[in-house]
Parts: sequence; C-alpha cells; structure tokens
Amino acid sequence: MVQKPPPFDEMIAPDGSIRPAYAAYHAWFSEQDPARLAKKSTDAEAFFRRVGITFNVYGESEAQERLIPFDLVPRILSAREWARLAKGIEQRVSAINAFLHDIYNRQEILRAGRLPERLIAENEAFLPQMLGFTPPGRVYTHIVGTDIVRTGENDFYVLEDNARTPSGVSYMLEDRETMLQMFPELFSRVRVQQVSDYPKSLRRSLAACAPESCTGKPTIAVLTPGIHNSAYFEHSFLADQMGAELVEGHDLKVIDGHIAMRTTQGYKVIDVLYRRVDDNFLDPLTFNPESMLGVPGIMDVYRAGNITIANAPGTGIADDKAIYSYMPDIVEFYSGEKAILKNVDTFRCGEPEALKYVLDNLKELVVKEVHGSGGYGMLVGPAASKAELETFTAKLKANPGNYIAQPTLALSTVPILVDKGLAPRHVDLRPFALASPRGIDIVPGGLTRVALKEGSLVVNSSQGGGTKDTWVLED
Amino acid sequence: MLGKTAGGLYWMFRYLERAENIARLVEAGFRMALTRSSISASEWESVLTTSGVLNAFNARYDKWTAKDVIDFMLRDPSNVSSVLTIVKNARDNARLVRTALTGEVWEAVNDNWMTLNQLLAKPVREAELPEVLNTIRQHSALVRGALHGTMLRNDIYYFSRMGTFIERADNTARILDVKYYTLLPHSSFVGSNLDNVQWETILRSVSAHRSYRWLGEDDMTAPGIARYLILDRRLPRSLAFCADQTVKNLDLLGEEYGDQRPCYELASQIRARLRNRTIEEIFDEGLHEYISRFIGMNNALGAQIETDYRFNG
Repeated sequence: MVQKPPPFDEMIAPDGSIRPAYAAYHAWFSEQDPARLAKKSTDAEAFFRRVGITFNVYGESEAQERLIPFDLVPRILSAREWARLAKGIEQRVSAINAFLHDIYNRQEILRAGRLPERLIAENEAFLPQMLGFTPPGRVYTHIVGTDIVRTGENDFYVLEDNARTPSGVSYMLEDRETMLQMFPELFSRVRVQQVSDYPKSLRRSLAACAPESCTGKPTIAVLTPGIHNSAYFEHSFLADQMGAELVEGHDLKVIDGHIAMRTTQGYKVIDVLYRRVDDNFLDPLTFNPESMLGVPGIMDVYRAGNITIANAPGTGIADDKAIYSYMPDIVEFYSGEKAILKNVDTFRCGEPEALKYVLDNLKELVVKEVHGSGGYGMLVGPAASKAELETFTAKLKANPGNYIAQPTLALSTVPILVDKGLAPRHVDLRPFALASPRGIDIVPGGLTRVALKEGSLVVNSSQGGGTKDTWVLED
Repeated sequence: MLGKTAGGLYWMFRYLERAENIARLVEAGFRMALTRSSISASEWESVLTTSGVLNAFNARYDKWTAKDVIDFMLRDPSNVSSVLTIVKNARDNARLVRTALTGEVWEAVNDNWMTLNQLLAKPVREAELPEVLNTIRQHSALVRGALHGTMLRNDIYYFSRMGTFIERADNTARILDVKYYTLLPHSSFVGSNLDNVQWETILRSVSAHRSYRWLGEDDMTAPGIARYLILDRRLPRSLAFCADQTVKNLDLLGEEYGDQRPCYELASQIRARLRNRTIEEIFDEGLHEYISRFIGMNNALGAQIETDYRFNG
C-alpha cells in the first residue's frame, strides 16, 4: 500500500519552519513558561465552570453538566485565507436561500432537471406547509454554520451546510473572551480581527427580517426548549447578549393573529422569533401533536405574515446530506458561477453503483446517515472494528437510501497543548453567517473544533472533541 | 418582563433564603445538642417540624439523632428541604432567568451550587459542621452582595426582594409556630432554666441572640422575645420588617408599572396587623392563633403575587 502523506499541519511546514500566519504567535509561545501555560489551562476550565459554559449530554442525568474542553493554542488564519473562505461562504449561503425559495415556489431547479424530484418529495425535511409562501425579507436561513475542513494550503471543503439551527457560536465568543482574559499581552502583539460584535449583528440582522406588520422597533425573542436542553447555555447567552427575551413555548400564545409572550404586565407581541426548537416541535397543530415545546397555531400566524421565524421552517431541506452532494450544481444554478468552496466527493448509497463501491471500500470511507447529526450514527471506516464494519454493511444493504459515504479526508491539524508541549490534532471550522435583506454578514473566524485524541477525526463535542479560539489576522 | 422570569427570580430568592435559614436552624439545633444533650432529641424534632419534613424524616429513620437529622437536612437528595436540594432549585431558577441577572449574581449562585455540591458530597463530620454551615451562610451573603451591588433597581430587583422577604417571614413565623408554647406567659417552664435555653435557641435560629442583648433587652422574657421577633421593625428577620419590605417593593413595582394589583392590598393588611400593635394585644388574641393566621396570610400573599404578575399563566 502506498504511504499516505501526513496531514496538513497548519502551524508547521514540512521543512520544520513556522507558517507565516503562526509566526508571531509561535514567537510568543516559545517565550512562555510551560508551567504557567499549564496553570492557565486549569484556570480556563475553572472560568468555564463558574460562568456555566456547559452542556448536557443526552441520556445523562442533569447533574452531569459537561464542559467542552478548551485548548488554549489558537487556530490562526491569515486575512487572505479568510477573505477567500468568506467569499465562498457568502456565495453558498446566498445560493441556499435562493434554492429554498425556489423549492417552495416555482421549483425551477427541478424543472431544469438539475435535481431529482424524489430527493425533495421523499424528504422528511421538506415541509409542504411552506409551499407558495415567502418568508419576510425572502430569507429562509438567517443563521448558517457551515462546517469546513481543510486538507492543504488552499484546499477547503464544505462538509455540512447546517442551515437549520446551527449551534456553537457562544463557544466562539466565550473562547475569545477567555483568551483575552488569560493572555491580554498576546493580543497587543498579534492583531486579531474581533468577533465580539456577533450578538449585535445577529440582532440587527434579525430585526431587518421583521415582518411588514411590524412598524416600530421589532421585538425579538429567542425560543428555547428549556433549561434541560443541551444547548441551553447558548440560548440564554445569545438572548442575553442581544437584549432579547428568552422564551419557552408555554410563555407564548396566539393573540389576535400575533404571537405574544406572557409578561408581568400582560401579553406583548413578538415580531421575530429566533427559535432553537426543531421544525417538528414548533407547532403541535401542524407538526408533532405531542410537542410541548412549541406554540399551537404559530404556523398560521407565520403564513399570515405576522411573525418571522428564524430560521424558517422547512430550511432543513437544504442541509440534508443527500442534497449536499448536489450543492455545487445548486450554487451554479442560482449564482451562475462555479462554487468557490469545494464539496467532498459523496456517494449516494441509494444508487446501486455507488452502493457497490461503498460496500467494497467500506474500510476507507466515512458513512453517514442522511438525516443524522452530531456525529451519531456514523461510521469512520479506517477507525472501525471488524464488527462495526459488519454492522454497517448490514445497515447499508437494508436501507441504502438512508446513507451517504465520503472518502476519509486527511483533515488538517493544529497543535494543542499537552503535557510535553505542542502536539498536532485534527480540526474543522464552523464560521457563522447571518443573512438578511441587508446582505450576508460573516464573523471573521468561527468555531474551531478539535479532536483531542491523537489521530482521531471526530471533532464533535459529544464524542470527545474540544474547541479552540479561531483567529483571523488583520491585514 | 416575562411572567416566567418574574417567577424564576422570586423563587430563586425564596430558595436562597430558605437554604440560609435551614443552616441557621441546624446550627441552633446543633448548639442545643452540644450543650443540653437531655433535650436534644426534641430539639431535632422541632427543626424537622419547622422545616415541614418531620414525616419524611420519620419515614426513613426511627430516632431523631444529630447525625441523621443533620445529614437529612443538609444533603439528602430525597428531602425537598435539604440544603443541597434547595441550592440546586435556586440555581435551576437562576439558569432559567439568567438573562435577567448580572454576570456577578449568576456566578455567585452558580459558585454557591458548585461549592456546596462538593462540600456536601459526603456526610459531614461533626468537626466540620460549623465550617460547612458557615460556608452556606457566606455564599448566601455573596449572592446578596452581588444583587445589591450590581443589579438595576427595577422590576427584576423588586421580584427578587419579594421572594426573599416572603420566604423569610414564613421562616420566622414557622419557628415561632413550633416554639410558641415556650413563649406563653402561663407556660409551666416560666422562669426556669429550660426557658432560657429555649428562648436562646429561638433567637439563634434567626441570628438575633446577640442583637437582642445589644439592644438592651436583657430581660429574657417571653413577651420580650415574642415582641422582638414579631413586631420589632429594626430586626431584619422579624415579621414586621419582612412585611414592611414586601409592601415597599410592591410599592416600587407599582410605581414602575403604573398600577397596583390585588396583592398590594393583601400585603398592606398583613403589615397593618403588625403595626401599632402591642405584644400584649397579640397574647390576648392568642399567640398561636396569631402566628397561624400570619402564616396563612403570608402564603396567600405569595399566591396572589404569582397570579397578579402571571408567573405561571
């Protein structure tokens, strides 16, 4: 077998030299006393606990609040690298919004034969209730968290589009806050573009999507499933930072054709609802009748144009893993340009030839459920045991349409701090884009997730991943 | 403000106050147990009754021993009134209303929960008890300090304060309710040594044993102590003080909202029963009846506030 080249190390070039983006940081790092850094690492953990930046893991008792481990070596991108990424994300997010509008209205992309109809018709994320309706400002996905991986100097791939309810932005902000507290001197030496405006931009962007029925200053609220949800910290954090109310379904009710929240002084109308509740739970009258998390009747209010729901219901059709493989076509169809960001080769296991290839090469591939997320229900071929491979073979044969497969990418590495100094670990990147009629706004940086285990490619926090502060250098 | 948020604030501060009061009760009980072993079992019974968990305790243990009562009151997760349960409730409410709290208040509450979780992870040994009880009170003080020092004086603050005072009034009244017989003038203990011990325990349970003497009320008499805990508007844990503060906060809230709700009337009635009264009149009415009536009215006031400000619907 041919020896694979080592993965791309973002800090250290093959000749041992430090890449330019990391030069200033590395110079600072080599002056630091390792014991002090180790202590800072412990401090950071205490800080996260005290502030309550924790998440709950499903299936564990609520007392088991966990920290997402934070690594204090930043992930650094040059202004030039970022500019290109940002352009690619902007192009993709615009295309996704155009695609969603098209799918729920004229369906030109289907008529043009660029996308098989069954992918839409048979898709659970497709909501017939959205047909013929245009959300306020024509925006479907207001907040997008595109997952990007890197395999080489100029090789960036989009792994997932996360167009429904991407999470993690609070970690991006708190990671930076932590770094600023721990190493203020570092930031006077290295000029880093700031991320702290995100909540303000989010507020502005959501306000710009307020329905026409709203004449004054829009009232914005964040809808959370409640304090036991794994991302509750983020929900409260964003509401707090935006100065918006944090509401649960039982705080809301339909009054005179509007959604209103129960306040100490009666009901008050909400114009924009940033919901962190899945489509299926949003309205028990329209979707899952058992849902206690949503608001009965909200879909009627929505269709009457009296509230903005961000992200729009039915948006999930765009970040479905089966649709993913068509994204380059989708981008081209709506923008008239080649996609700037690459897609990972994807085998749609529903297609017999693809299935055969996948089964023959399972050990080299990553297999994912079409509707899965969070790293659950996924097979990483090269790391899988014989038994796991067999289980997946059976699953694939039983329900091939439920899976896609992709080659295992050699994800780039960034060093983390370990007992012996620095050691490379695989990373991905989730930048956050905000879409409104004012345009698309992307925070410089995003959330870098890192697989803390040596050699591991799984960066999900639920599976032992950590986070890093992500720096985009000033020009 | 969301009704739910008002409710979360109110309950968060009720729980914080309750945790602190339980620490005081346990402390007074422990002291009694150390100094008067002969009556300590019945003292522990009073502690459990005051906290409303006597039945729950009896269902699990057959004797009121210091070790078991302390463990039950401080760290038993099955006890709805254990410090650990209450501190967790307070913190859950704080998470619920986190957007209404300053970072400092939230961190103080979260830190309180983390510290006590660790401190109460295993049974508390006798030697550590004073330290543990002290920590509980200290952390309460930290939360209070953060509240006073960093929070805006608006509805958020008023609901927080109301929770504190309604809970505190309930607590002082419960102590009086359980021990009222030791304060009756015709009590068979009158003038006995036992009386003094009981009275001191009552004062200790509300951290007023020192101030009582300091105010020159050195005659330890039943009416003197009853008057102090019920009517003295200088004592921050007296019923009169709590009633004053509740009305004051409802007043400020009414000013902010531009109207008064039915709970205001009820709070004023409670206050009126504590003003321009002498302890003799209260004894004439019947101390026990008076206290029971107060507890009932105070509970009704809490419920009325919840309704008036739409905590739950």
